[in-house]
Amino acid sequence: MIQPSSGGRASRRMSSRDLALVASFAALIAVLGLPGSITVFGSAAPITLQSMGVMLAGSILGWKRGALSVVVLLVLVAAGLPLLAGGRGGLAVFFGPTAGYLIGFVLGAAVIGWLVQQRLPAYPLWWGGLANVVGGIGVVYLVGIPVLAAATSTSLWLAATGSLVFLPGDALKVVIATAVASAVHRGYPGITAPTAAVKSDRAGEQASAR
Amino acid sequence: MIQIQGVSHRYGDREVLSGVDLSLGEDRIGVVGANGSGKSTLARLLNGLVVPTTGRVLVDGMDTARDGAGVRRKVGFVFSDPDAQIVMPTVAEDVAFSLRRHGLGKAEVADRVGGILARFGLGGHLDHPAHLLSSGQKQLLALASVLVTEPEILVCDEPTTLLDLRNSRQVADLLEGLTQQVIMVTHDLDLLAGWARVLVVNEGQVVQDGPAEQSIGRYKALMGAGRPC
Amino acid sequence: MLTSTFRPGASLLHRSGAGAKLLGLLVFSTVLVAFQSPLAVLAGFALVAGLYGLGGFGPRTLVAQVWPLRWFVLCLLPFQWWTAGWQVAVAVVGTLVVAVAGAALVTLATRVTDLLDVIARVLEPARAVGVDPERVALLLALTIRAVPVIAGTLHEARDARRARGLERSTRALVTPIVVRTIRHADRVGEALAARGIDD
Ligand SMILES: Nc1ncnc2c1ncn2[C@@H]1O[C@H](COP(=O)(O)OP(=O)(O)OP(=O)(O)O)[C@@H](O)[C@H]1O
Ligand SMILES: [Mg+2]
Repeated sequence: MIQPSSGGRASRRMSSRDLALVASFAALIAVLGLPGSITVFGSAAPITLQSMGVMLAGSILGWKRGALSVVVLLVLVAAGLPLLAGGRGGLAVFFGPTAGYLIGFVLGAAVIGWLVQQRLPAYPLWWGGLANVVGGIGVVYLVGIPVLAAATSTSLWLAATGSLVFLPGDALKVVIATAVASAVHRGYPGITAPTAAVKSDRAGEQASAR
Repeated sequence: MIQIQGVSHRYGDREVLSGVDLSLGEDRIGVVGANGSGKSTLARLLNGLVVPTTGRVLVDGMDTARDGAGVRRKVGFVFSDPDAQIVMPTVAEDVAFSLRRHGLGKAEVADRVGGILARFGLGGHLDHPAHLLSSGQKQLLALASVLVTEPEILVCDEPTTLLDLRNSRQVADLLEGLTQQVIMVTHDLDLLAGWARVLVVNEGQVVQDGPAEQSIGRYKALMGAGRPC
Repeated sequence: MLTSTFRPGASLLHRSGAGAKLLGLLVFSTVLVAFQSPLAVLAGFALVAGLYGLGGFGPRTLVAQVWPLRWFVLCLLPFQWWTAGWQVAVAVVGTLVVAVAGAALVTLATRVTDLLDVIARVLEPARAVGVDPERVALLLALTIRAVPVIAGTLHEARDARRARGLERSTRALVTPIVVRTIRHADRVGEALAARGIDD
């Protein structure tokens, strides 16, 4: 049952399908972080795909629902469910040195979604990839690194170089997330409303109302 | 009583139902037809999940297009995939969720939830996580969650498709015993044996409407005719 | 997989309100960070250790809670010591460890549902700006329910990938999972609509 979703509708309440999508993607992000669930590079490096789940949520659900799915996941984590990569959970993760990355996930998903929605219904690979790099790596690091530096009282520079080890893995995740999102936007056109179309829709509605 | 009047439905520019006129009043009504023939669309019309592009559907006189909420209070709906229907983490919570808008006190809710779960053989699983139930138990739970609000009509879209023989028997027996009107889409023709009324849907049209034996015969003939041999 | 880190108990800590515990944690960690001194760390540690005892949790549980920080501690402690002196090293690393231990304690002694109830209560004033706490609660429950379902699709997809001899292709794994996630969501959305959520 594919229907173009929300977007232009006046009601601010989320539809049941939106609720279901947000919940399912929050669960997807959690599942992609399950210990040993999936490893990149064969099984050499124990990198989970959780941050790729964040990219997928933004790329597929758009900024609002994408960011909300990350928020939902974090709320459940805060409530004590071990849904973060490696089975971590509880309030402790928000008091640890890597808490900034979690906040970065929320903003990152929003930025990815916003960028993608600028171009929808088209999803050019280069644009989708760029969105994932900017939101999924740039924004996440931009929030994560300063918090890490502050929490450990080290310099930004040191915290940044320490984070470099994750860069190759993140780059690979961008490639996969972009390819998957592209397949989804082709297979499920209209799963997320393009911002541009919404605007022109509204303009049209207003024009016809007058 | 459900009335379908001059209904056609299209998704985009594809017409999947055309010129359907039906009065559904019998206690037990089956719907059969090939994959993609429009059965699920027909079923979804009955509780307003799908609103027809032309014509109208009336449930006890209420138009599904205008009073969907009222219609859904009267018409319960059971799908094939129990995992998608159970929305709460534990068994009792899922049933209680259906009663959230009924203005009942906690004790009353617990009472009703316990009652229906006991009736469905799930009395010992109240606080069980839903994902630990067997598929058959999950489908029974989905049924319980729909029936706890006491709808007058129950529409089922292939309620036993994902179940093994024993579990589908169990679900079928439960459906058999209901006092509600039941309208059931199914590919399991055995479930319809003896039903007074079975509709055959083919390429978006109701091509046969009569007692089970005749309808099933027609359906088999239709399917056989397409066989390349 | 969905067993939280909550450990049942009947202690005073278990029995006190979830909201109070959260507030306490907030105050505690704020004070800790504000002072960030070896003395504050020592006092904070004594308090947290005492509370672990009160909750019926032993030193092993405490260590397990901060164990994920071991690499940070191992790298950070010598580094800070060397660059800024032992006081700073102890203050920085100690604050981190004690704050995490305190936060973990709240989770150990509070049910998930109680913490979720606090969220619903905190959101009550947000009704004014269009947030419906009941829907938020539904969203959280839906997610808890969806985790095992999506995990199941992951296992299926992994088997299917193996059957097709594509073990090393991450994409061959992720695409079907995402597609199934969306399909699952569509069906859940429909079932919710049938149960009157949008009415
Ligand atoms: N939301 C939708 N958007 C577009 N097309 C749809 C949608 N739902 C169904 N269809 C199409 O309408 C036709 C009828 O679908 P329907 O689900 O009613 O068939 P069905 O008889 O239930 O089939 P099955 O036995 O496979 O369940 C199919 O060709 C289907 O692809
Ligand atoms: Mg169908």
